Amino acid sequence: MGKRIGMEVAIAAAEAVALCNIDVAAVYPITPQSHIAEHMADIIHDGRIDAEFITVESEHSAISACAGASAAGARAYTATSSQGLMLMHEILPIVSAMRLPICMANANRAVSGPLNIWNDHGDIMPQRDSGWICLFTENGQEAIDLSIMSFKIAEDPEVMLPCVVNIDGFQLTHMIEPLELPSQAEVAKFLPPRKPFAQLHPDNPISMGCFAMPDTYTETVKAKETALINSKKIITRVFSEWAKRFGRKYNVVETYRTKGADTLMLTMGSMGETAATAVDEMRKAGKKVGLVKLRLWRPFPVEELKAAIKECKTLIVMDRAISTGGAGGPVATDIKSLLYGDKTRPRILNVIAGLGGRDLTVEDFVAMFEMAKKKKDETYELYGVRE
Amino acid sequence: MNSVQNFEIFAPKLIDRKEYISAGHRACQGCGEVLALRHILKALGDDVVVANATGCMEIISSGYPQTAWEVPYVHVAFENAAAVGSGVEAALKALRRKGRIADRDVKTIAVAGDGGTADIGLQALSGAMERGHDMIFFCLDNEAYMNTGIQRSSATPFMAATTTSPAGKAIPGQRTQKKNVPEIMVAHKVPYVATACPSYPIDLINKVKKAKEVKGPAYVHVFSMCPTGWRCASEITIKMGRLAVETGVFPLYEVENGKYRLTMEVPGKLRPVGDYLKPQGRFRHLGPSDIEKVQAQVIREWEILLNKVECMQPW
Amino acid sequence: MAKKKTEQKKWPEKWHEVNPGCMVFAAGSAANYKTGSWKSQRPLTDNAKCIKCGICYIFCPEACIQEVKDGFFEANLDYCKGCGICAHECWPGAIVMREEEE
Repeated sequence: MGKRIGMEVAIAAAEAVALCNIDVAAVYPITPQSHIAEHMADIIHDGRIDAEFITVESEHSAISACAGASAAGARAYTATSSQGLMLMHEILPIVSAMRLPICMANANRAVSGPLNIWNDHGDIMPQRDSGWICLFTENGQEAIDLSIMSFKIAEDPEVMLPCVVNIDGFQLTHMIEPLELPSQAEVAKFLPPRKPFAQLHPDNPISMGCFAMPDTYTETVKAKETALINSKKIITRVFSEWAKRFGRKYNVVETYRTKGADTLMLTMGSMGETAATAVDEMRKAGKKVGLVKLRLWRPFPVEELKAAIKECKTLIVMDRAISTGGAGGPVATDIKSLLYGDKTRPRILNVIAGLGGRDLTVEDFVAMFEMAKKKKDETYELYGVRE
Repeated sequence: MNSVQNFEIFAPKLIDRKEYISAGHRACQGCGEVLALRHILKALGDDVVVANATGCMEIISSGYPQTAWEVPYVHVAFENAAAVGSGVEAALKALRRKGRIADRDVKTIAVAGDGGTADIGLQALSGAMERGHDMIFFCLDNEAYMNTGIQRSSATPFMAATTTSPAGKAIPGQRTQKKNVPEIMVAHKVPYVATACPSYPIDLINKVKKAKEVKGPAYVHVFSMCPTGWRCASEITIKMGRLAVETGVFPLYEVENGKYRLTMEVPGKLRPVGDYLKPQGRFRHLGPSDIEKVQAQVIREWEILLNKVECMQPW
Repeated sequence: MAKKKTEQKKWPEKWHEVNPGCMVFAAGSAANYKTGSWKSQRPLTDNAKCIKCGICYIFCPEACIQEVKDGFFEANLDYCKGCGICAHECWPGAIVMREEEE
């Protein structure tokens, strides 16, 4: 167990990436990601790491530059949030289709309109079909650990897919926590320099990003889908290796006091910590409740989730985003779909809350558990909306 | 400074004989753009990496499972050739420094059409040039979005008919003047900016070689004759390029660190612009007064350029 | 890293056979497609008139005109699209275009 020092999570994330022997970072600032971009700039301008820092002129160019860099064999990194991620939207599925293992931090922030710089998951949800591996962090240590692991996962020859690590904007990025950074030597042992499957260089001229006719496109979809689904195996393997080396164990689905619970709540991201406190309070009062925390969003960890919820009667699925005009929150919608064919499944209650940075307190989570008891139908709840 | 009339007969024999774009590509018959690309690559040689925007050149050359490219090539999207190129350039720099690739110069080039340069690609181009990447950006200008069926771009010349600026009863073709991207590049203080035309292959090759020598950004705007989109016979492709230069519609010049220099000698007066407009179906609807308007504008632009050649000093 | 330059792709490919990311490893493989079928006219060269200047070679967009024995130039009809540029540009008029039906 190494030394822990107080660090702002965004700064720590940048420090973690700096340990990863990146070759190119292309970043464009946006609140609340900017501290990651700025600290990355500090590190590179001070010569602490040998990497090219491209201060691009937009997020679209950030991800495009990363695509070019990754195609040329570099370990490439970027970070963004909200509107920036939306601007990258066009390129995200291209990067995953081209099998470029770019790693990105996303400081979750609400999407305009109206303009809102505070935390929710409305920015990452529209990207769920993009073919990226998508991980969520709950605290600063996870932000450090997952940032480093993301490179190893993405670059694995059986994966070769880009990976985004979600860090709740302000709620997590701007928190100061006692954090432990692994040493450079430890990270170097865990993460060797990138060995690309293919790269752009005249020593072996290849063409990348060729177009596909209708006779081939479907097969490329299957190939990408299969790669993404299979990546869960490698993610689990990397988590185990991390546990061996650094003593911190991660799972694609985390469970907290789920044993014997008849009602479970599912969260993603930093709200999990607050929800856990609510669970503790309610357990003290004798309520049989527990918490499931989805760490891996894409590929969706179907077996692990089903195993976590198999004993409960009610599952409250917390969404920090809405699929407007659809079936409610994206996470609840996915879970309902995946459970549709099962003979036994819990009653699922979708609660959409914490939008646009609206704070979620322990009392709110307790209230949600109470509401779950009373609610008769299965329509989604837009928690806290003033009507 | 020779125009094609004084062309050295032996010069073609000095051109690199290797082909970097294989035959079998799907360009239209008589495509001036792929011809330009052919000579650009001959001027650069093997040690390049090409970042190409979506467009004619990308579609005719890189349909899976085949590629016409004999050099490393990447295509990502339409508006980001310069951004992708920036990333490639940075990667090659970093990897070479870290000893993960061979220790020799490899030039990054970005290739885009007029749409991918002057319209949707302008932001990325501006950013890349401002950041000073060691990269040549080639605009292959066929004066419309040809790949998608001849829609107008900001590089479409005044009064040209395209499918989105048709020669209609109320509005006769393109309403605006051609956007001057080389000037925008000079304003970015790009150390080497040039215009070129494949009808003048030695001039084109020399300019590309000059651009290659720059340790930093360079921009070459290449006139790309398009018989399909301009509605003219495929065999006069080269002639159309010559006429564009001789009438002053597309002057050949270069700007080195701010100093302008014509690389063409135009004997006496400019040729009347009607000679250039008449063989092209996209200008078919122009009457005599329209041609006069175009002529006046060409002369005006030419004089402005001559002024710059005379007055502008290096930065 | 060395990769096989040429690869025989059997068509149509199953999903696991498609190259990752639709990369193409065989540089210049477009040459497998013979564009010569596009032409409706073909260039015919009279070597008696040819001055071996190489202009036809320079201006061919297909790069299908290559130097042959004794320094003359010949179009590879497998790729020639019959655009007529070579005939138009040839100074001594050594190249003429003939309709394919003839």
